[in-house]
Amino acid sequence: MAREREIDQPTGTETTGHEWDGIKELNTPLPRWWLWTWYATIVWAVGYWVLMPAWPLVNSYTTGLLGHSQRAAVAESIAQARQAQSGYVQRIQAASLADIEGDSTLLEFALAGGRSAFAVNCSQCHGLGAAGSLGYPNLNDDDWLWGGTLDGIDQTIRFGIRSSHDDARVGDMPAFLRDEILDRAQIEDVAAYVLSLSETVEDTEAVARGAAIFAEQCVACHQDGGTGSPELGAPNLADGIWLYGGDRANVIQTIASGRAGVMPAWVDRLDAATIKQLAIYVHTLGGGE
Amino acid sequence: MIRHATIERNSILLLVLILIVVAIGGIVQIAPLFYLESTIEKVQGMRPYTPLELAGRNIYVREGCYNCHSQMIRSLRDEVERYGPYSLAAESMYDHPFQWGSKRTGPDLARVGGRYSDEWHVEHLNAPRALVPESVMPGYPFLARTPLKTARIADDLRANRAVGVPYTDEMIETAVMDVRAQADPDADGAEDLRARYPKSQVRDFDRNPAMVSELDALIAYLQMLGTLVDFDVYKPEENLR
Amino acid sequence: MTMSNNHGETTAASYAVGLALALGALLGLFLTARAVEPVMVWHGILFLVFCAGGIFLLIRWHTAGPSALDTGLVYNDAVTRAGVVVSMFWGVVGFLAGLAIALQLAFPVLNFDLPWTNFGRLRPLHTSAVIFAFGGNVLIATSFHVVQRTCRARLAGEIAPWFVLWGYNLFIVIAATGYLFGVTQSREYAEPEWYADLWLTLVWVVYLLVFLGTLWRRREPHIYVANWFYLAFIVTIAMLHIINNLAVPVSWTGTKSYSLFSGVQDALTQWWYGHNAVGFFLTAGFLGIMYYFVPKQAQRPVYSYRLSIIHFWSLIFLYIWAGPHHLHYTALPQWAQTLGMTFSIMLWMPSWGGMINGLMTLSGAWDKLRTDPVLRMLVVSVAFYGMSTFEGPVMSIRAVNSLSHYTDWTIGHVHSGALGWVAFVSFGALYALTPILWRRQRLYSLQLVSAHFWIASIGIVLYITAMWVSGILQGLMWRAYDNLGFLEYSFVETVAAMHPFYVIRAIGGALFVIGALIMAYNLWRTVRGDLRVEVLPVPRPGPAMAPAE
Ligand code: HEC
Ligand code: HEC
Ligand code: HEC
Ligand code: HEM
Ligand code: HEM
Ligand SMILES: [Ca+2]
Ligand SMILES: [Ca+2]
Ligand SMILES: [Cu+2]
Repeated sequence: MAREREIDQPTGTETTGHEWDGIKELNTPLPRWWLWTWYATIVWAVGYWVLMPAWPLVNSYTTGLLGHSQRAAVAESIAQARQAQSGYVQRIQAASLADIEGDSTLLEFALAGGRSAFAVNCSQCHGLGAAGSLGYPNLNDDDWLWGGTLDGIDQTIRFGIRSSHDDARVGDMPAFLRDEILDRAQIEDVAAYVLSLSETVEDTEAVARGAAIFAEQCVACHQDGGTGSPELGAPNLADGIWLYGGDRANVIQTIASGRAGVMPAWVDRLDAATIKQLAIYVHTLGGGE
Repeated sequence: MIRHATIERNSILLLVLILIVVAIGGIVQIAPLFYLESTIEKVQGMRPYTPLELAGRNIYVREGCYNCHSQMIRSLRDEVERYGPYSLAAESMYDHPFQWGSKRTGPDLARVGGRYSDEWHVEHLNAPRALVPESVMPGYPFLARTPLKTARIADDLRANRAVGVPYTDEMIETAVMDVRAQADPDADGAEDLRARYPKSQVRDFDRNPAMVSELDALIAYLQMLGTLVDFDVYKPEENLR
Repeated sequence: MTMSNNHGETTAASYAVGLALALGALLGLFLTARAVEPVMVWHGILFLVFCAGGIFLLIRWHTAGPSALDTGLVYNDAVTRAGVVVSMFWGVVGFLAGLAIALQLAFPVLNFDLPWTNFGRLRPLHTSAVIFAFGGNVLIATSFHVVQRTCRARLAGEIAPWFVLWGYNLFIVIAATGYLFGVTQSREYAEPEWYADLWLTLVWVVYLLVFLGTLWRRREPHIYVANWFYLAFIVTIAMLHIINNLAVPVSWTGTKSYSLFSGVQDALTQWWYGHNAVGFFLTAGFLGIMYYFVPKQAQRPVYSYRLSIIHFWSLIFLYIWAGPHHLHYTALPQWAQTLGMTFSIMLWMPSWGGMINGLMTLSGAWDKLRTDPVLRMLVVSVAFYGMSTFEGPVMSIRAVNSLSHYTDWTIGHVHSGALGWVAFVSFGALYALTPILWRRQRLYSLQLVSAHFWIASIGIVLYITAMWVSGILQGLMWRAYDNLGFLEYSFVETVAAMHPFYVIRAIGGALFVIGALIMAYNLWRTVRGDLRVEVLPVPRPGPAMAPAE
């Protein structure tokens, strides 16, 4: 049913002579710019195939004249970045932590690196400002569970606390209720005593009973007067700074079932220089010993 | 254009030509991935998921975590420095389906295993903003409350075997037991489990000894991500591709 | 015409269909009874209800005679009318779901910490509702309309087109309710599980047969270009769907399956599918719509027949190769990435061939844009098509993708294509179809169309500009280094930086939803036969209006 070809008035172009439901077609030639741009993209593609890995073959693929590999390239770019830092890094590796703190350019570098690694790896637990939260210690204050010396911090980061690493720091406070060492009344008493170390507690009788239990069960780790022992990670209970919250219920909960917070080990994930920088960064946040 | 008129007049010819034209690209690109040896790196350490990890992975799929999290560290400097070594093809060889993702509303999870403690995951999955105030991740408090259904887990292993995951008869037989052995430190069988699935981690992941919950499974899965391949013996320069 | 006479006649085919439906009902019953999970019980019941409903309609059709299913004399317009209604319905549902997840990203409390309402489950609900439920129904409805008019033949089969439409919508309901209960394969844009996939395969084969059958009946010597695109869309989607969904179910009465491929092969298969869902569902199919509705609404001939041919064949050939641009810098071997990138670049001009043919069809009739808001919508959609098919090739360049991938830039690109192109061309087609299908003089209100156009356009602009900024910002923050070479930002800092843009996006989305509600109202009044009294802009008499002779 081919219809007559005709000239479309507004454009002056010939139609193809077909019509569908009133729709006709013009026989306009391909726009030149369109065709040439397309050819250009094809030429570019062919050029790219010649230079880069592109076509699969039977046993391998065409690797391209440039011999490029994205994996080699990223290794290269990381190596370059390390190279640019290597002056500092080598000195950091060689120097003792204390010496680094003494050298202002090294220190500046270490702090920048530490800040960055902290943001990427640690802030999820300790907070962006390292202020911690319930169960995750504040690293800005001068209250340390495991001691705030540079080496102490370095060791904590390296091996973690109660992590799965063999050299992890461990100090397990018993779960006094669950392990049936104390009963609930005793725990309430000893909690009263613990609270009395940092605030006034009304029930002096409970405090007195608690003091006796504390002397028997707790001083081994928390020391007389609850001052704590960093070798065991046992916190100071008298300073009013609480890892797990200082209200009565939280303290009772800690004594009843223990806490055993875990900090991962980073030796296998971060290189030694980065860990050193982290230690310095954390140390300078405040309160480093 | 005369020849095109023939095609335009013959619907079957048009159909067949379309089919031929659209089939080529896929064949040339996909088929070689199955036969070119360079596609999947030679690595040590890859093993099938333990039944508990597999159950956790299914929860990951069910909750649509892949909508926000990638599991594919690209070979770019910033990604390697942020997340760890770039992901290898070998690392997802038992992933039916793959979970590489296409959007990072949250961070990449390909190497999240061991990065956090179980407690952190428990709290985070319960209420992400309690730990990370800026987070936009939904909370999943129901996972901790829901007991994991394990009765049919052996069927899942069997289906995986049908698509090529090397589960042995023994693994399928012990599947239900292995779930308990991995999530409940008081149950027996942890040693056998570790023998069947090297590097599998055994503990009460959700810190609730009263039950094996969906949360146990999900955390077991998260904690193993990226921990299998032994990078000490892996030779990147032999696998440049 | 002869085929309009055989309504209600009981033939062997009627018995075959009845039997198939009865067997289907039994299967539904079986699934319900033996299901290993609650979701399967529910899906079995759905299937049972569907088949029972089919049997009921079949009987009614045979007893009540011709008018029960169709009142169209020559063309089967009843099924198209139903298609228009469900399209509008799913459009609103899908946009609302989009608004909901946009709000969740801005205000995460809106996840309510419940299984059924969390982002991870609602996001696929949104993508499937807009692409498959809204887009798919628009494609089915328009293709049925277009193929009949351009072939001057009634749709092949009487029951089959209805089966396609309702069968497809059953697939949608199974998929959508499945997501809410966590039933998903986690393959983007192919999330439905194995049993829904099998059902869709059956529906799709019938769709192909109806379409082909109508082409066979045509009373025009040539097949119109719109139908080439529709045919390529139907055939290619069948191929992609079947291969990408190869999987082994855990149990025949359970929802879960494991895909046949794993890891890197699975990834490329999925993105071969995913990219071509864009290429054939969201592009080829909608180009079919464009090729009919733009010349029709403009009352102008298609710009260039030769361009149609070249851009059709080059488009469908090249599209298939571009999938690896979704996997740049991943563990996919680099040679495949190269192919994905280079083919995407070569795809630019063939894509623009469609844009040129659409836009230039208006030459000689540009002034109609002033008076016809429906045409304006169609033309703007073509412009957006041109924009996103330029942006796409740019993003497929490896260096660009290293920044844009995983970020909101992709989301911006998606929605300039999805809102600007797919939704707008659909709106134009639905506005054009409704008065024709319901035999109305015109739409209820053209001023409302204009209002819809402007509100939705502002919505799109807010949406995509917000996503460009946030995407590029996000990409730059992830890779930002301080002057000593250390990463500058933690991940959560980048999350926090997105917040204002997520709020702007949600506002844009809300405007888009408002526009769609206005449209639904307008169409509803049109269907009712109401005419709003309004001063209609008078077309300026010009050369375009002169008859072509
Ligand atoms: C999974 C969460 C988590 C991550 C990630 C984490 N930590 Fe910790 N960190 C903890 C917990 C919990 C403790 C306290 C453990 C305890 O109760 O003894 C801790 C303790 C510490 C301590 C000891 C504080 C003291 O008072 O002695 C330091 C120092 C520290 N973390 C630094 C870091 C650094 C640096 C990083 C990153 C490389 C990091 N943490 C990552 C959870 C984490
Ligand atoms: C074996 C050593 C050990 C013994 C014994 C021990 N603790 Fe602890 N305690 C710890 C450690 C280690 C922590 C650090 C918490 C953690 O991360 O597990 C701690 C933490 C605490 C805390 C929480 C402090 C905070 O900042 O939130 C309280 C309260 C406490 N202990 C009280 C007691 C009481 C009362 C007793 C005796 C009934 C006791 N502890 C016995 C080791 C011990
Ligand atoms: C709406 C998006 C969204 C969804 C859905 C989502 N997440 Fe997240 N996820 C985030 C964001 C944002 C972060 C970063 C902030 C934070 O740590 O909460 C994150 C962080 C995480 C992290 C910490 C990763 C790291 O290295 O810091 C883990 C693990 C995680 N998500 C697991 C999951 C799992 C498992 C699911 C599904 C059950 C899930 N997410 C669903 C957005 C999401
Ligand atoms: C009211 C209008 C809409 C709003 C508010 C909206 C919102 C959203 C949001 C918030 C996301 C998730 C983005 C993320 O994960 O970061 C999304 C994803 C998506 N939307 Fe929409 N959307 C709308 C309309 C549409 C339409 C009409 C279509 C298609 C026709 C569409 C297709 C998609 C697709 C394909 C994705 C997934 C993108 C990807 O994975 O890269 N959307 N949408
Ligand atoms: C020449 C045409 C096009 C090319 C080359 C192209 C290219 C791209 C690229 C490179 C990406 C990003 C992939 C990534 O980094 O993850 C992408 C994503 C996407 N594009 Fe396009 N695009 C084109 C046209 C379109 C059109 C017209 C639409 C219509 C809606 C569209 C919809 C999408 C969608 C939905 C995604 C998101 C996929 C995902 O979930 O990750 N594209 N496209
Ligand atoms: Ca995506
Ligand atoms: Ca599927
Ligand atoms: Cu694509």
